[in-house]
Amino acid sequence: MSAPTNARELAALSSGAKLSPMQVAGIGAALLVAFALPVFMSDYRTFQFTLVVVYAIAVLGLNILTGFNGQFSLGHSAFYAIGAYTAAIMMDQFGIAYYWTIPAAGTICLVAGFLFGLPALRLEGLYLALATFALSIATPQMLKYDHFEKWTGGVQGVVITKPDAPFGLEMSQDNWLYYFSLVIMIGLFVCAWNLLRGRSGRAMKAIRDNPIAARAMGINTALYKSLTFGVSALYTGVAGALGAIAIQFVAPDSFTFFLSVAILVGMVIGGIGSIPGAIFGGFVIVFIPNVAEQISKAAAWAAYGALLILFMYFMPLGIWGFLRMGYARLMRGRKAG
Amino acid sequence: MELFLQQTFSGLAFGGIYACMALAVVMIYQATDHLNFAQGEMAMFSTYVAYTLITWGVPYWWTFLLAMAISFVGGLLVERIIVRPVEGTSVLNEVIVFIGLLAIFNSLAGWIWDYTIKPYPSPFPKEPILGNKFVGTHDLGVVGVTLVVLFAVFLFFRFTPVGLAMRAAAQDPASARLVGIRVGWMLALGWGLAAAIGAVAGMMVAPIVFLEPNMMGSILLYGFAGALLGGITNPAGAVVGGFTVGVLETLVGAYVPFIGNELKLSFALVLIIAVLVFRPSGLFGYVVVKRV
Repeated sequence: MSAPTNARELAALSSGAKLSPMQVAGIGAALLVAFALPVFMSDYRTFQFTLVVVYAIAVLGLNILTGFNGQFSLGHSAFYAIGAYTAAIMMDQFGIAYYWTIPAAGTICLVAGFLFGLPALRLEGLYLALATFALSIATPQMLKYDHFEKWTGGVQGVVITKPDAPFGLEMSQDNWLYYFSLVIMIGLFVCAWNLLRGRSGRAMKAIRDNPIAARAMGINTALYKSLTFGVSALYTGVAGALGAIAIQFVAPDSFTFFLSVAILVGMVIGGIGSIPGAIFGGFVIVFIPNVAEQISKAAAWAAYGALLILFMYFMPLGIWGFLRMGYARLMRGRKAG
Repeated sequence: MELFLQQTFSGLAFGGIYACMALAVVMIYQATDHLNFAQGEMAMFSTYVAYTLITWGVPYWWTFLLAMAISFVGGLLVERIIVRPVEGTSVLNEVIVFIGLLAIFNSLAGWIWDYTIKPYPSPFPKEPILGNKFVGTHDLGVVGVTLVVLFAVFLFFRFTPVGLAMRAAAQDPASARLVGIRVGWMLALGWGLAAAIGAVAGMMVAPIVFLEPNMMGSILLYGFAGALLGGITNPAGAVVGGFTVGVLETLVGAYVPFIGNELKLSFALVLIIAVLVFRPSGLFGYVVVKRV
């Protein structure tokens, strides 16, 4: 059974409830490539791919909120910053090992996101975008706040040391961090997939598609919406912590509004409402500036902006949606012939 | 007392700038139900255009008018070419296109004029009027210019046929179309006017904060806060809201010890969320009743 044969199977597939053999093969191949990558690459390239992994997690976080629950956020740079600062402060001030900072960052962001999600309940679409826009504009200033300078280092930020590979593994620090982040990413992606294909995922999508009908069917919309905000912030916070460890540095001005824009760009180009699309998103965030900066230092954001608008016109479902549609068309053509 | 008066006047000057941004925001919101997140960057870009004109030796007030005219045409074209294809699709699509515009304008400005901060001249004399010590002449000038612009906008909407047509198109597009108003062009005009008003805000704030590509980010945020506070459905309310936010923000920064200069933006954040949660229609707006 290579192609889905009836409507029910198709629905099951598109909701991601079951994986077809093709999908399993695809995931297997992707995993193989991902684990083999560092062997063939310089440390710097590996570092870049670590960032791809980090941003993929952040994009997935935003996607859970926007793509699956229909809530906007232009403020995810704030949650990314909370995650990054949690990791940095724990390592720098308290000498806690880097791997403990990940769950801590996730938990703190879950709570922060949930709390921000509560007033956000009363806000719809545009107004939520506005409130989160305000959040991300205000974030760098809050991080520079005098009274926290003891911990946050003020404008200078915090420098952290790169962890070595454990268990006496003969592996460069960059390679180890890549594998570390990759494993976390895979775990988070599996969790997201599980979350979204089940009961709670259906509830989230129902709220996205028609909040009033969802409530009429007995879904606790308030709880689901703020929880989704929390989970989304958790993902982004974990990404922030991993990013801080990989870059070894946090400072207020790395978490401006434009970080939110970058995550948004990743989501739109990867594919709104698709889990694997987030990985494309990660690639876009890391590698487009590299290409664009050969033209001009300022060109990266112009490229992001232009891509955003062009994707909205021509590929509103992103790269992943485009690939899916192409594949579906191909299968249909084969069947007809 | 002296300090208080000084702070209040400086707050009023910023308030005038926020009022302009708020008015620009409301102008587009009323016609299309969009919040233009790129408004600030468009204003910044206009200010750079004015800066270039000034370096070419154009006299200040000619620059002022020219920059407004160029921004008007620019805003019109942006609406016609870039925003139009996504109009009425979904809020998400529109917001994404606005964010795209924001990134493009910001980066273009950095590309063309680079990121170093530039001084921008003020048209008003340096020494204070009548030797008073409470209010700088530029501050006073800003308030004056703002009021003139607002009055002109009021006259335009109240007493010209085009203004009437624009109001009709915003209120009831279908009926307006039936009586022969070209609704699409009215929206584009709204964008043009908003861009021109934004340009005024940019040119007025540039002498205070210096010219650089990121200068309008926080100004736009205060503009949004002002618009919401006054009521986003009411242009006059938005103006009052803008002035209020300016004064409040300056006084809070000066007198509340733990806020200081560093948490001023957080003040805007709290204000926005508080208004949205407790009184979404703002002080002077009307409540939008939605049929479901």
